[in-house]
Amino acid sequence: MLKEKYQKEIDEIISRYPVKRSALIPLLYLAQQEHGYVTEAAMKEIAQLLKLTPPQVYETVTFYTVLNLKPVGKFHMQVCKSLMCALAGSDTVLGWIKTKLGIAPGESTPDGLFTLSAVECLASCGTAPMMQINDDYYEQLTEAKVDKILGDLKTTGTSDLKSGPYMWPLPVDAVRREG
Amino acid sequence: MPKHELILLKNMSQPGYSGSLADYEATGGYQALRATLGKTAPADVTTAVRKSGLRGRGGAGFPTGVKWGFLPKDYQGPRYLCCNADESEPGTFKDRQLMERDPHQMLEGIVLACYAIGAEYAYIYIRGEMVLGSKILEQAIGEARAAGYIGHNILGTGTHVDVWVHRGAGAYICGEETALLESLEGKRGLPRIKPPFPATHGLYNKPTVVNNVETLANLPHILTRGAEWFAAIGSPPKSTGTRVFCVSGHVKRPGNYEVPMGVTFRELVYEHAGGMRSNKPIKAFIPGGASAPFLTPDHLDVKMDFESVAAAGSMLGSGGVTVMEEGTSMVWAALRLMEFFYHESCGKCSPCREGSSWLVQTMRRIMAKRGRMEDLETLLDLCKNIAGRTVCAFGDAEVAPIQSTLKYWRDEYVSLIREAEAADLIMPEAAGVRH
Repeated sequence: MLKEKYQKEIDEIISRYPVKRSALIPLLYLAQQEHGYVTEAAMKEIAQLLKLTPPQVYETVTFYTVLNLKPVGKFHMQVCKSLMCALAGSDTVLGWIKTKLGIAPGESTPDGLFTLSAVECLASCGTAPMMQINDDYYEQLTEAKVDKILGDLKTTGTSDLKSGPYMWPLPVDAVRREG
Repeated sequence: MPKHELILLKNMSQPGYSGSLADYEATGGYQALRATLGKTAPADVTTAVRKSGLRGRGGAGFPTGVKWGFLPKDYQGPRYLCCNADESEPGTFKDRQLMERDPHQMLEGIVLACYAIGAEYAYIYIRGEMVLGSKILEQAIGEARAAGYIGHNILGTGTHVDVWVHRGAGAYICGEETALLESLEGKRGLPRIKPPFPATHGLYNKPTVVNNVETLANLPHILTRGAEWFAAIGSPPKSTGTRVFCVSGHVKRPGNYEVPMGVTFRELVYEHAGGMRSNKPIKAFIPGGASAPFLTPDHLDVKMDFESVAAAGSMLGSGGVTVMEEGTSMVWAALRLMEFFYHESCGKCSPCREGSSWLVQTMRRIMAKRGRMEDLETLLDLCKNIAGRTVCAFGDAEVAPIQSTLKYWRDEYVSLIREAEAADLIMPEAAGVRH
């Protein structure tokens, strides 16, 4: 149950809105954070918390791509395939990952570590090709970078190649610093 | 040194600027708020914004001051400001930079807008994928609240403004302002029929203004330096100020470039973005995000302001400029964008829901060299029956890539179909066999 573990967060989230239903997506995020996806039990519980019917919760969940209704791998790799990334070689990036992990978009590795998805624009067209893994963006991908990211994630669960606050082109001093 | 004076990107272009409250204050941040709250009447703030000529930077380009003026004057209940940070238009990545690198600039704009329209609650609707952006904003809101710039009785002036970050969950349509409001109310993001407009019946059916991140980030500068100063930048009288253009595709230096409106596409592509990646000639460009019709090298000297781009048959839209070099298949490019629109159609209106599926199937067939000549008329006919026949502007947007590529590069469609005919690859029904 979410309520026992997150009572304080739930109360705070609901307090931001004059109408309870507005807290629906934020609470679904909480559920997804807990289980990796939105479970049926979580949807029922959230319906009760917000005084909604379960179908009202379900119809909302099914509209949004960030909310998963099925379990995904520990690392959900979402490669942007929209035109702007495609011009910069995103199909090649998908090809690398397919070869390296042996999975096609929509599939997960048998060990449950990686799920691969091809997704639409993530607002990084200036630093294409790119992908999002869980909460982090990885941009200007090359084959060497993809190798390092996959290796890092397997060994340490995180990678220092992830993007910081976005700015491109970089300010002049940063360019000098990074050579 | 940049060729043009930077306004929105100025702070973040300074060495070592971190975007913290201390950094922002050191560059004169929150001075507009100090000088305005309790000292200038809210109506005068709206007048100044109207005089500046500021127009919405999200895509539609509606004059901001005029939009604010639509709110009922005598309404006593709550009003809301929603900051549209659901940046999802393919080719656009400026709001992300404005939020993540200089969050206080935008927050100051939010408080100023709230003061002008009498709103005490603001929600920043940020797209769900931008987790880092939402964390940076939440931290900045915390700093601003602690410093008394946000919250109850701001700087002792009796103005109350509370700001929250609300994460969307990955639906392009939620950038449409009424779909954004539905989503913020915890529902599926289906656009509402207008009228009534959000100005009278918005969030929770209350008077509401929805403004884009870049629009709001301009406000502190307009109020500090004056409406006349702003109105003189760019292409007065109708396209004033700068815009942060997002350049992507086959250029040497893609990225965000802030230039005054009215600069030509040639200057943006060849001077700022460094020209073409592999020195091949430019074949096509999209001037304002995926929803804007494609243009050709003949249009490179068009000025980047609302009117000039519209006169050239496209739109300035969200400021996403995507450049394609010679050798790029225009059928392929249009298909990629069509796949995006097919994926993102919300499903409310039949012409868009069904039409996007038919368009994408027909395009895939042509691309796979299994098309037939009459497909071209089918495409145009479908486009005609989608545009203008839907609740929101998505319908007009989704037909733009196909209509414009068919207009300028029809021969590419024809040659793919001829190949199909020559190789006898046409499906049985295409050869006239009907079942």
